[in-house]
Amino acid sequence: MGRTLAEKVWDDHVVARAEGEPDLLFIDLHLVHEVTSPQAFDGLRAAGRGVRRPDLTLVTEDHNIPTIDIDRPIADPVSAEQVRVVRRNAEEFGLRIFSMGDRENGIVHVVGPQLGLTQPGMTVVCGDSHTSTHGAFGALAFGIGTSEVEHVLATQTLPLKPFKTMAINVEGALPAGVTAKDVILAIIAKIGTGGGQGYVLEYRGEAIRSLSMEGRMTICNMSIEAGARAGMIAPDETTFAYLKDRPHAPKGADWDAAVAYWRTLVTDDDATFDAEVTIDATTLTPYVTWGTNPGQGLPLSASVPSPADATDEVAKVAIERALDYMGLTPGTPLRDINVDMVFVGSCTNGRIEDLRAAADVLRGRHVADGVHMLVVPGSVKVREQAIAEGLDQVFVDAGADWRYAGCSMCLAMNPDKVPSGKRAASTSNRNFEGRQGPGSRTHLVSPQVAAATAVAGHLASPADLEG
Amino acid sequence: MEKFVSFTGVAAPLRRSNVDTDQIVPAEYLKRVTRTGFADGCFASWRKDPGFVLNQPAYREAQVLVAGPDFGTGSSREHAVWALQDYGFKAVISSRFADIFRGNSAKTGLVTAIVEQDGIEQLWKLIEANPGVAVTVDLEHRVVRCESVTLPFEIDDYTRWRLMEGLDDIGLSLRHADAIDAYEARRPAFKPTTLAG
Repeated sequence: MGRTLAEKVWDDHVVARAEGEPDLLFIDLHLVHEVTSPQAFDGLRAAGRGVRRPDLTLVTEDHNIPTIDIDRPIADPVSAEQVRVVRRNAEEFGLRIFSMGDRENGIVHVVGPQLGLTQPGMTVVCGDSHTSTHGAFGALAFGIGTSEVEHVLATQTLPLKPFKTMAINVEGALPAGVTAKDVILAIIAKIGTGGGQGYVLEYRGEAIRSLSMEGRMTICNMSIEAGARAGMIAPDETTFAYLKDRPHAPKGADWDAAVAYWRTLVTDDDATFDAEVTIDATTLTPYVTWGTNPGQGLPLSASVPSPADATDEVAKVAIERALDYMGLTPGTPLRDINVDMVFVGSCTNGRIEDLRAAADVLRGRHVADGVHMLVVPGSVKVREQAIAEGLDQVFVDAGADWRYAGCSMCLAMNPDKVPSGKRAASTSNRNFEGRQGPGSRTHLVSPQVAAATAVAGHLASPADLEG
Repeated sequence: MEKFVSFTGVAAPLRRSNVDTDQIVPAEYLKRVTRTGFADGCFASWRKDPGFVLNQPAYREAQVLVAGPDFGTGSSREHAVWALQDYGFKAVISSRFADIFRGNSAKTGLVTAIVEQDGIEQLWKLIEANPGVAVTVDLEHRVVRCESVTLPFEIDDYTRWRLMEGLDDIGLSLRHADAIDAYEARRPAFKPTTLAG
């Protein structure tokens, strides 16, 4: 019987298999950042263990670092200490690290792909749930906890229980103005935040195939918001073209051997998935979230839902609570919701294509009075590229705040926060209570909707700005 | 890791779904570099509300949490598990857990018992009718008991065995050191390394 893409990658990494035990899988790439690693290194020291494969490990600083004044010491002493500790650990264990101020620095999930380190058929892990991003290349990539970080550092393997497979078929062509972010928000709204639990998702269909690698990364990035540890897209010519000549991509004969292998990484015609979901891409429109989990999303043209719409008591309570936290009234058109802040950036939408999309909307326009718009590239390299293309000037001319690279306003671990009670349209991945700062209210949107919202002062799509 | 066979303690009813890890421990607390001392971060935002369940005298000493579906969604932060453990929780009962949270719990000895939502509703009613009532999470027999009610719970054989024995995962994997060596020897040459140029 045929196998799915995920099963092929899994099978190619089995180190040991025994009845009644999880498979022991080899890990090809271990990405490390400052937040989830200090206790893992402590564990190694306590047990007298070293890092088995420093050459398959890469460290970055991203969550804590400020996006202004990066040439000065980090002001917050607790953040500064966490960064100091990761540097000390990298040095002690002989690991390559991209520190704040380094030209290769950036968000861990932006840095890996841009270096060509993320390749089809690899296993990629990081102590970060958005590691699912790397699945866009046909890698099996997932977030792990700190105990598992320690486990991978010590053994370069992980014991893993088998997962189920789910096909997400996005059929037909995407209408103009509909982006990867809208697709994934629509998928999560359909299957729910728990819909993918226990599954590896494989995104398939014409709409997925037509996406750039940046768009595919946006989709796979948010697999975890549907409860799935990993999401994957089969590699194709788009993938190979993106990888060719990147610093860590195979060269010469190795490239040919790699591509020959990568071409085998497709789900066989006679393979079966444990579950299948189909989405009609032709009916999609820009999506935004209204509530406090990423499954609480609707088309921008819709209105704030009512608890009376709920199908059961648990859902009813969830809607009531979300409306109360978000300060919203049922029946309000989503387009009538005013925002105080707009954030373009994060591992979901902080790549060059995202910045281009936001700049295209902002060109010749201005951010509305009273709205603070933050534009934060996902890496130093993305920032340099944006500057080379003149995008920085577009942002500055439009009145946006153009910053250095980092996780920034996605998660309230650095100085970029949404103040309590303020409302943000954000291209990040989580609209949880307090995610962007205590008391912050978040609406998840695409870069295009973020830029249009900044100009209009309320949730809006670029089409709303025309005429 | 401490062995877990069966535990009986005060249970708190958390009538919320989608309790994400940002609620279990807000990001601000993740800046710490230690492995312990996260008790104050546990549900830090919600605990500011005097009406929050853990602020009620009967539940202040709770060690078993009975929560709505999709508990532990979001971030992979193991700090969420540490915060629950540091606060005093030994087990969480829910109809559905996020995968990464559940895996992290298994690594550090917090038992996550999957009980169907009907059973969760029964537990909530029993606990609220008699605040401070004890609930037993019996890992050996895979049941949750409260007064006259006994509910089966789901946990896989391997995790159950490891929790009951209190075994260290890294040690278990290193039994396969020869297999890891052999695998490394046959990895394709085109696989990348992180080394500079």
